Amino acid sequence: MIAIKDLKVSVEGNRILKGVNLEIKAGEVHAIMGPNGSGKSTLANVLAGREDYQVDSGEVLYRGKNLLEMSPEDRAREGVFLAFQYPVEIPGVSNANFLKTALNEIRQYRGLEKLDAMEFLSLVKERMQLVEMDPKLLNRSVNEGFSGGEKKRNEIFQLAVLEPALAIMDETDSGLDIDALKIVANGVNKLRGKDRAFLVITHYQRLLNYIVPDFVHVLVDGKFVESGGKELALQLEEHGYDWIKNEREASVTM
Amino acid sequence: MNELNNNVDIKDWYVSHFQAFENSLNGSSKAPFHQIRRSAIAKFADLGFPGRRDEEWKYTNLSALLKHKFPVAARPASLPAETVRQFVFKGLAENLLVFVNGRYSKALSNYRASAAGVVVDSLENALKNRPEVIERYLAKYAPFEEESFVALNTAFAVDGAFIYVPDNVAVEQPVHLLYISDVSAGSHFASPRNLIVAGRNSQVKIVESYHGVGESPYFNNVVTEAAVNENARVDHIRIQDEGLNAYHVYSLETHQQQNSVYWMVNVDMGGALVRNNLTLTLDAENCEGHLLGFYMANGKQHIDNHTAIDHAKPNCFSNELYKGILGGKAKGVFNGKIFVRRDAQKTNAYQNNKALLLSDDATINSKPQLEIFADDVKCSHGATVGQLDNEALFYLRSRGIPQDQANSILQHAFANEVFEHITIASVREHLEEIIAERFARL
Repeated sequence: MIAIKDLKVSVEGNRILKGVNLEIKAGEVHAIMGPNGSGKSTLANVLAGREDYQVDSGEVLYRGKNLLEMSPEDRAREGVFLAFQYPVEIPGVSNANFLKTALNEIRQYRGLEKLDAMEFLSLVKERMQLVEMDPKLLNRSVNEGFSGGEKKRNEIFQLAVLEPALAIMDETDSGLDIDALKIVANGVNKLRGKDRAFLVITHYQRLLNYIVPDFVHVLVDGKFVESGGKELALQLEEHGYDWIKNEREASVTM
Repeated sequence: MNELNNNVDIKDWYVSHFQAFENSLNGSSKAPFHQIRRSAIAKFADLGFPGRRDEEWKYTNLSALLKHKFPVAARPASLPAETVRQFVFKGLAENLLVFVNGRYSKALSNYRASAAGVVVDSLENALKNRPEVIERYLAKYAPFEEESFVALNTAFAVDGAFIYVPDNVAVEQPVHLLYISDVSAGSHFASPRNLIVAGRNSQVKIVESYHGVGESPYFNNVVTEAAVNENARVDHIRIQDEGLNAYHVYSLETHQQQNSVYWMVNVDMGGALVRNNLTLTLDAENCEGHLLGFYMANGKQHIDNHTAIDHAKPNCFSNELYKGILGGKAKGVFNGKIFVRRDAQKTNAYQNNKALLLSDDATINSKPQLEIFADDVKCSHGATVGQLDNEALFYLRSRGIPQDQANSILQHAFANEVFEHITIASVREHLEEIIAERFARL
């Protein structure tokens, strides 16, 4: 579904990603773990099309197309979705109107009929249940005054409504208590399927107890230093990121 | 020619036309109001036009307006009904008074008298038929002795809207006052003059809107006075959507009695040069005054809102919110005065103004001005100037919403804080449609 080849990215002149390679196939769930500042969020934002990032070299092929040349809105219409680490508050824009506009833009792009108000309402009612979101939040302004947990649920709720092919979750677990984490993870698990891929970015292994990945990659200082199955997450949890760093340093010394 | 000489020259031009105007009035020059016109032209001759040394006009340069010698608007030939129809607000076609070049058009208007005693008519008719109301209220609040544009309007005032709501009457349907400037046959200056009198325990909703037809430059110098008597409520919406050939000066003076409520939502979208002078006077206890404004400007438009809320008596509340979106090389000016007189203890007065600049060349000059002479009051003011939130823009785009639409959603959200106070749903809806289309062009 997506192939990232030797991706190098800078922010304000500082090289953050130093050659990232990753291939994700439909139906797979990949987790990226790494310490703070390793470049996890940079990767998520570059894939979603945020403008403050300078791609120095490398390429990203998404379903055979050059993703990096697309506008953020075209990426979304092609099926890329980023669940934000810090969802922004947008006063004066109702959650329902916003989501209806987004959904109909995407449907139109895919050659589907726009949903009318009734069809939209019945869809969102059903999808809200996936993350046990309070229906009142639908009529509020986007994320305005939402608690941390409500914001994260709103992200996964949007994911459920927009039905992307590739869902990137940027530290969706941060700021969630264990109950909210279970609910969000449960919602994500219901959205897994053979046509959809997930890229789950997290600092902690905890989330991966509930969203069990097929592959785990460890990002340190802008490069993947280790890749493996779900058991790699457990090793990291046990030994910490220093274990990886030490192991690398040891191999360099040898 | 320097500014001072030119201003004198143009002032003389307007003064010299008073005689001919007076002769055109025929019989009505014998009515008592004509004495006020005469005092006003004398006062205008004294005052002249303000220059940039005048503190109140520091950021608004009138030279573009004052290079024109506009003739007094003549009573126009009627307009085709379909020309008028395009400007009529949704749901208000049957509560409509139409004014062309400041003169009432009976043929284009469509107003069915509602409750007994309510008068919705032209000022010209009221000057003849309602001398007692005219004498009591007209030119009693708008200060023609101090303000040159009020003086100029008062001198040339012959027509406009007259709304009189007797005591204990609530007018259910909003009244739509539609002003069209037709300059397809040439330039002019017009002096629409409106008088609103709301009796004790009465209620009325008024929607004033201003539009233009034709390309020639023109000058619309409007004055509206509103007397809001005890326990009355007036909802006042003004929408100015004239073309870029319009110079528009609008002066509002309200006078509130005990327990009365006055709401104004003021929207400016058009005009090359626009100046609003809005003054609310809360002249008795327990009054509420609300002043909400939204303006959007592009290209070389200049929109200036000078507002004043005068708390003359204790226990009153006022709230003011002005928001503007400026693109291109547009200029905005906001000046908000709040006076709290010595007697006006327990005043609550809040003011906020926010501007969104969409380009590097757009500017806003914003000045809150609080003059407080009482000691037990709550007053606050705030001003912010900024750009569209890039984070919010990216968020919307990352969900598949194209950039143009994302921009317009955020601008709309910004304006909404003002529009949500428009209590007539159909007007709000209609206005949002117009605005959405304008946002797309910004």
